[in-house]
Amino acid sequence: MPRTIIEKLWDSHVVHEQPGAPALVYIDLHLIHEVTSAQAFQGLRERGLKVRRPDLTLATVDHSIPSTDRSLPIVDELGRKQLEQLDKNCQEFGIRLYGIHSDRQGIVHVIGPELGLTQPGMTVVCGDSHTATHGAFGALAFGIGTSQVEHVLATQCLLQMKSKTYQVQVNGALKKGVSAKDIILAVIAKIGIGGGTGSVFEYTGPAVRALSMEERMTVCNMSIEGGARAGLVAPDDTTFQYLQGRPHAPKGADWDAAVARWKQLPTDDGARYDHTVTIDADRLEPMITFGTNPGMGVSINAAVPAPSQIADPGARADLEKALRYMGIEGGKPLVGHKVDVVFIGSCTNSRISDLRTAASVLKGRKVSPNVRVLVVPGSQEVKRQAAAEGLPEVFRAAGADYREPGCSMCLAMNGDMVEPGQYSVSTSNRNFEGRQGPGARTFLASPLTAAASAITGVVTDVRTLL
Amino acid sequence: MKFQNVESRLVPMPATNIDTDQIIPARFLKTISKEGLGANLFCDWRYDKQGNPKPDFILNQPRIQGAQVLLAGDNFGCGSSREHAPWALTQFGFRAVISTSFADIFRGNSLKNGLLPVIVPPDVHAELFGAVEQNPAAVVKIDLARQTLTTPAGREVPFPVDGFSKHCLLEGVDEMGYMLQHDARIAAFEAGRVGSINTLT
Repeated sequence: MPRTIIEKLWDSHVVHEQPGAPALVYIDLHLIHEVTSAQAFQGLRERGLKVRRPDLTLATVDHSIPSTDRSLPIVDELGRKQLEQLDKNCQEFGIRLYGIHSDRQGIVHVIGPELGLTQPGMTVVCGDSHTATHGAFGALAFGIGTSQVEHVLATQCLLQMKSKTYQVQVNGALKKGVSAKDIILAVIAKIGIGGGTGSVFEYTGPAVRALSMEERMTVCNMSIEGGARAGLVAPDDTTFQYLQGRPHAPKGADWDAAVARWKQLPTDDGARYDHTVTIDADRLEPMITFGTNPGMGVSINAAVPAPSQIADPGARADLEKALRYMGIEGGKPLVGHKVDVVFIGSCTNSRISDLRTAASVLKGRKVSPNVRVLVVPGSQEVKRQAAAEGLPEVFRAAGADYREPGCSMCLAMNGDMVEPGQYSVSTSNRNFEGRQGPGARTFLASPLTAAASAITGVVTDVRTLL
Repeated sequence: MKFQNVESRLVPMPATNIDTDQIIPARFLKTISKEGLGANLFCDWRYDKQGNPKPDFILNQPRIQGAQVLLAGDNFGCGSSREHAPWALTQFGFRAVISTSFADIFRGNSLKNGLLPVIVPPDVHAELFGAVEQNPAAVVKIDLARQTLTTPAGREVPFPVDGFSKHCLLEGVDEMGYMLQHDARIAAFEAGRVGSINTLT
């Protein structure tokens, strides 16, 4: 029977299955960071258990670390303790850690791919909901809770129910000024933030095939914002070209054997999905969110919905609540709305291509004096590459603050915060109330839109600057 | 810890898509312990800038003190995978959350922490909100073994829960113990595994 790639990945990782119980699913790569692992290691200690496969486990630090000078001591005591605890746990349990001073440190979902650890056909987990990023390689990649982190550390397995399959087909081709971020924001706006609950997305169609690996990561990254725990793209020559020669990618004859295996992964002709949604890339415009969840997005020149247009009382109340928090009126576009902060970074948009894109807009221009602009590379590797290309000078000459790699202002755990009531155009993935700091108001958008808005000081359609 | 049946008043929070950043904001995730999170449950809705309780927020109202069941809008628990969310909810005293739908990761995390997600159809959901609005002291009963919710009007409504999670909750079974029993199977799977990554250690 023809199968989707999602079913192939599932079938090839089931260790044990019995009726009425979740399957025991093997995990090929387990990524760890400082925020969601400490309690899991403590659990192992209390039970007297070891880490079953430290060779399939990698730790780094990203959420709690300052984005400022790393040679200075960390002043935040809780953050420092969390980093120290991870260091201790990795030493005790024999896990490789790319710590705060490592030249391989970075956001967990940025370093896995760039080191060639994330490969087609794998199962990947991390105690972080944006683990779906790794799906860009044709891997089944899940975010998990801390109890499951403990399970995977001890058994290298997850107890998991099989998900439904959900095809997200993107036809046509993107226009100039429209990017991968706009695809995923449009998908979420269409299906809603609970639309993919219980499902794994497979992104298909010519517009997805045309994306680079980094763009595919941006799309897969926000699968969770559409409610899906995982989202993936079947591997192709773009995938293989990206992977070849990376530190942990197979070499020589192993590489040829791996590619031959990976070519068997794409969905078979005639395979059926439980759900399908179709998006037309030709008709996409730059997207921006106006509300307090990632599904509240519109084309940048389109009017924000007005509560008076909404018939359903519950939906109207939700929209009113969101607009009240955001301090905006419905019924008119966001273009021209004041901006206080621009954040370019996060596991969604902090890769070298994102920085290049932002720099292409900022080059030779100055950011608005009223806007604080933070550019935070996703990893030390991204930072090195950016330096080699002269990007930090472009950012600094424009008046942006160029920082050290980490999650930073995406979730504001490390002191990088939007002030109460301020407006941020952010390339990150969540615009929930207070996500970027208590009272912060977030407009999610692409690096192009963020860079354009940094220059003008108001929400801007980048195509007016291109 | 075995899950006991619940008989409790309801704490209504009708907002839809309540995300885990609201349940417990990221700045409280710098802890290395599971404890101490209940005091900051719904922190930004619950306290003003000076840290004083906002009297109009439901968790600060005397009438809900001791209530163990949260009645929430659709798609509760979306967003971040932080297990701190169910930890904070249970530390506050909640033992069940009723909604029309739950985000996948939150639902899984809750079941591992003795917090029962109860999925009800929209008409029952509306009936419960109506009941608690009319009478804040209205009580529901949740019977996990029978998988039934009894509304304040006495209507008995079935709710779904997978057999494995139900068994674990009722018997206090630890999933880790169950997984470790499969050690030989895991080893056999590993022996036949191809295409592993270059070793990380």
